[in-house]
Amino acid sequence: MPVTYTPIASQTLSSAAASVTFSSIPSTYTDLVLVCNAKNDTAANQRLQLNFNGDYAFSYSYTRLYGSGTAAISDRFSAESVIDLGFFGGTNTTGYLQSITNIQNYSNATTFKPVLNRWNSQAGASGAQYTAVVIGLWRNTSTINTLALSFNSANIAAGSTFTLYGIKAA
Amino acid sequence: MSPILGIYASQISGHLWPASSYESISTVTVGAGGISTVTFSSIPATYTHLQVRWIARSAGSESTPGGSLMTYAAPHANNFYFHTLYGDGSSTTAVNSGGTSFATLIDYIPGSGATSGVFGTGVFDILDYTNTNKIKTFRSLGGYDNNGSGTVGLFSGANNDTSVITSLSFAMNSGNNLAQYSSFALYGIKGVA
Repeated sequence: MPVTYTPIASQTLSSAAASVTFSSIPSTYTDLVLVCNAKNDTAANQRLQLNFNGDYAFSYSYTRLYGSGTAAISDRFSAESVIDLGFFGGTNTTGYLQSITNIQNYSNATTFKPVLNRWNSQAGASGAQYTAVVIGLWRNTSTINTLALSFNSANIAAGSTFTLYGIKAA
Repeated sequence: MSPILGIYASQISGHLWPASSYESISTVTVGAGGISTVTFSSIPATYTHLQVRWIARSAGSESTPGGSLMTYAAPHANNFYFHTLYGDGSSTTAVNSGGTSFATLIDYIPGSGATSGVFGTGVFDILDYTNTNKIKTFRSLGGYDNNGSGTVGLFSGANNDTSVITSLSFAMNSGNNLAQYSSFALYGIKGVA
């Protein structure tokens, strides 16, 4: 059987950065898996956001199910320019946002691109503490060749890591 | 492979499993006209865990949310027990069922009532599928978004049978076909020998 689940690229920020980008993603895989362990460089809670191919038109939407520690909540965001991959504080916490995103059949040219994400923000004794699952949609049939990540209103903090894997089906 | 072009930062390496432990077993992509059931048969018993990664849409006329995607495992019997927790964008629901010949893999996937091109997606894991001392437990994560409608959830259950799983099938609870471009990819994950 063909071996797969291949690391394509990884990034570790040695200093804060406005964004992290994986570009020129080869179209030779079936699925992508993006593993993020990140936080922002402010004391405020921020949203980690994903964008494809530099398309900032309002062609994204997502539905979430998450637990806040006291309740299960579901909400939805339509006609967005990004998909949120998590919500977490920054320099006031010792923890990081853990966010794993599956982007399946990313290279076909026939379907819109669904995005399946699981994220956790567990900050220890203080700060945001959530667990969530997110289903997103990019209403575009183009092959995904670029992923861009950023926080909604802060830099990505030093020490944040991002790894992109490719999975190729037989 | 060579380092990817266009990375904007320093790089490290690493992966979730040893590179040799995750293997593609088989893939079914639905052709024109759709198909009622996707089946993986004669699954080799040489792995520790199985994973199915899929995108799917119903060829039927379901509005949104559409029908449920179900899974079956051989040997067939009314041995499935499962529970789900899902959200529809405004409320959350938890249900369970048992003594059935199938398990719900996801509530729901889109049908023709959804925008063209919208597919549901998910990842389905079966642990220790060859261990004859254990009943077979599984979990699924999935959903679909239709820019204004959709569901997302967690699904898990058990096939109350200790037999080795040799076959897996996927079908709509409505009986409608799975639509063209639906795709199911089966992977095997090895443990340490």
